[in-house]
Amino acid sequence: MSKILDDLRYAESHEWVKLEGDIATVGITDYAQHALGNIVYVDMPEVGDEVEQGEDFGAVESVKAASDLISPVSGEVVEINEALEDEPELVNQDAFGNWIMKVRVSDPSEIEKLLDAAAYAKICEE
Amino acid sequence: MKTYDKLIFELSRPGRKGYELPADNYMTDGLSAIPSGLLRETPAELPEVSELDVVRHYTNLSNKNFGVDTGFYPLGSCTMKYNPKINEEVAAMSEFSSLHPLQDVKSAQGALELYWNLQNMLANISGLAEFTLNPYAGAHGELTGLMVMRQYHLSRGDEKRTKVIVPNSAHGTNPASAMVAGLEVVEVKSKPNGSIDVEDLRPLLDDSIAGIMMTNPNTLGMFETEILEIAKLVHEAGGLLYYDGANLNPLLGMVRPGDMGFDIMHINLHKTFSTPHGGGGPGSGPVGVAPHLVDFLPNPHVKKAADGTFYVENVDDSLGSVSTFFGNFGVMMKAYAYILSLGKENIKNVGPIATLNANYIKESLKDDYLLPISGVCKHEFVFDGLKDKSTGVTTLNVAKRLLDYGFHAPTIYFPLLFHESMMIEPTETESKETLDDFIAVMHKVAQEARETPEEVLNAPLTTIVRKLDETTAAKNPILNYKALKDSEK
Repeated sequence: MSKILDDLRYAESHEWVKLEGDIATVGITDYAQHALGNIVYVDMPEVGDEVEQGEDFGAVESVKAASDLISPVSGEVVEINEALEDEPELVNQDAFGNWIMKVRVSDPSEIEKLLDAAAYAKICEE
Repeated sequence: MKTYDKLIFELSRPGRKGYELPADNYMTDGLSAIPSGLLRETPAELPEVSELDVVRHYTNLSNKNFGVDTGFYPLGSCTMKYNPKINEEVAAMSEFSSLHPLQDVKSAQGALELYWNLQNMLANISGLAEFTLNPYAGAHGELTGLMVMRQYHLSRGDEKRTKVIVPNSAHGTNPASAMVAGLEVVEVKSKPNGSIDVEDLRPLLDDSIAGIMMTNPNTLGMFETEILEIAKLVHEAGGLLYYDGANLNPLLGMVRPGDMGFDIMHINLHKTFSTPHGGGGPGSGPVGVAPHLVDFLPNPHVKKAADGTFYVENVDDSLGSVSTFFGNFGVMMKAYAYILSLGKENIKNVGPIATLNANYIKESLKDDYLLPISGVCKHEFVFDGLKDKSTGVTTLNVAKRLLDYGFHAPTIYFPLLFHESMMIEPTETESKETLDDFIAVMHKVAQEARETPEEVLNAPLTTIVRKLDETTAAKNPILNYKALKDSEK
């Protein structure tokens, strides 16, 4: 059974968000890393890029497939997790500990459109 | 010699060779004409081996191959059907193989007639007006077909049609070809059974749509029953319908894409018409079109004159050339031989037998493997891994275990609609005995997964090379001998 953390928000496309002030930390869920299998590459945006809720911001490649990353928030990328450049497998080891990007959100209320842990758990069960 | 594992470079000994070049005046004269800055300073590091070294090396390597001539593979026509040997005999006829592409067409009437006849046969089978046989392979055919689509809109001054709708269950080449053709990809959702969601399609159809790309039956082997409605909607919006011929096999002689409303299609001769392909070998991807698109097909065109002779023509409205001369002619000869060997009546048996074989395997295995879409499939179907998910055995493990039992693995982890996809297509050529053997082994693997899962998790156990480290292979690929040597330093 995949792990789901209670204090995060989730997108149906299996990304998680943690909003602290106006900075959103974004990663993929444990369910997503499990479904993808061994991850070999994380294609990340660059610091300064604008991302938009519901739009691609990168991709994750595993031995099984390549999958687009969909941004759960809108705003400017302020940091990316550079450790993933050399060790993308960290996402397999701990998907919630190894975030992908941090975004200064332009509209914090967007987060209300995302799923809470219970609603996301339901999607994973389907 | 099953354990043979040498690289040709490892056989190399300085000075050893299996040839003798003529006196070197050509070389010297030629080299002096090249600017010195462009000449290499050190000799190329090529393997230095005798003729016998080369013969043994490649014969031993070929003995390690698994192919449709050595055993059953459930990859089916998706990869390549069995290649009847008569095809090879026909293609080897020196009357054809010795032709020069620039010789006078008067002395190459037979070759042009074959081209003309084959394109006519494909047009009849597909319900379209005319085919070009020039594209080199399936994906090249897709690109050519999309260029026809683009050319059609541009010829009408309709420059805003830049988007192509592709289902999210499509073959990966579809969006890739659309991108290469300079078109933008718009995704349309599939319903749980893999067919296109018409309600999701409707709002996408506006005057920016160049067309839609589809396969029928779709990737899950299910027939798109709403195809006539989809065709009507797309045509009403001014778009064209593109048919990816990858799944044509079950429809041969039974249903025609042209009758379903498709305007453009490509055919993979190696999938449906039994020509060899794979490993980058020569392929052929003929493209057929409806009457109003014929002039856009790539040059050169083969035409038939009123007196029955054939000639070659470059058409002004054509999108241009996509190949040298007429593409891979030898491959066309094999497809032609296949169609003539079967004949008009027998070709109608291909689809039903391929469909029967696929359904026989599906129904025989659905107690052990999870069948996400029930009902009658066409030539192929998809399992979503083992039914019992508690064993920890994944689709990858099952695929590897099959190798131990002498079967090639099926297509795995495609389509992406399921997490543990296992796509199985036996084709029409396999006997009931072969299908039964495969079914028995698949049951055995499922039983092992329940009782002795470590055996399956560690498979393959009997192959020369055991389970590969796919993560390292993907992250740090060693693709040639030099890289291998460097990695050992």
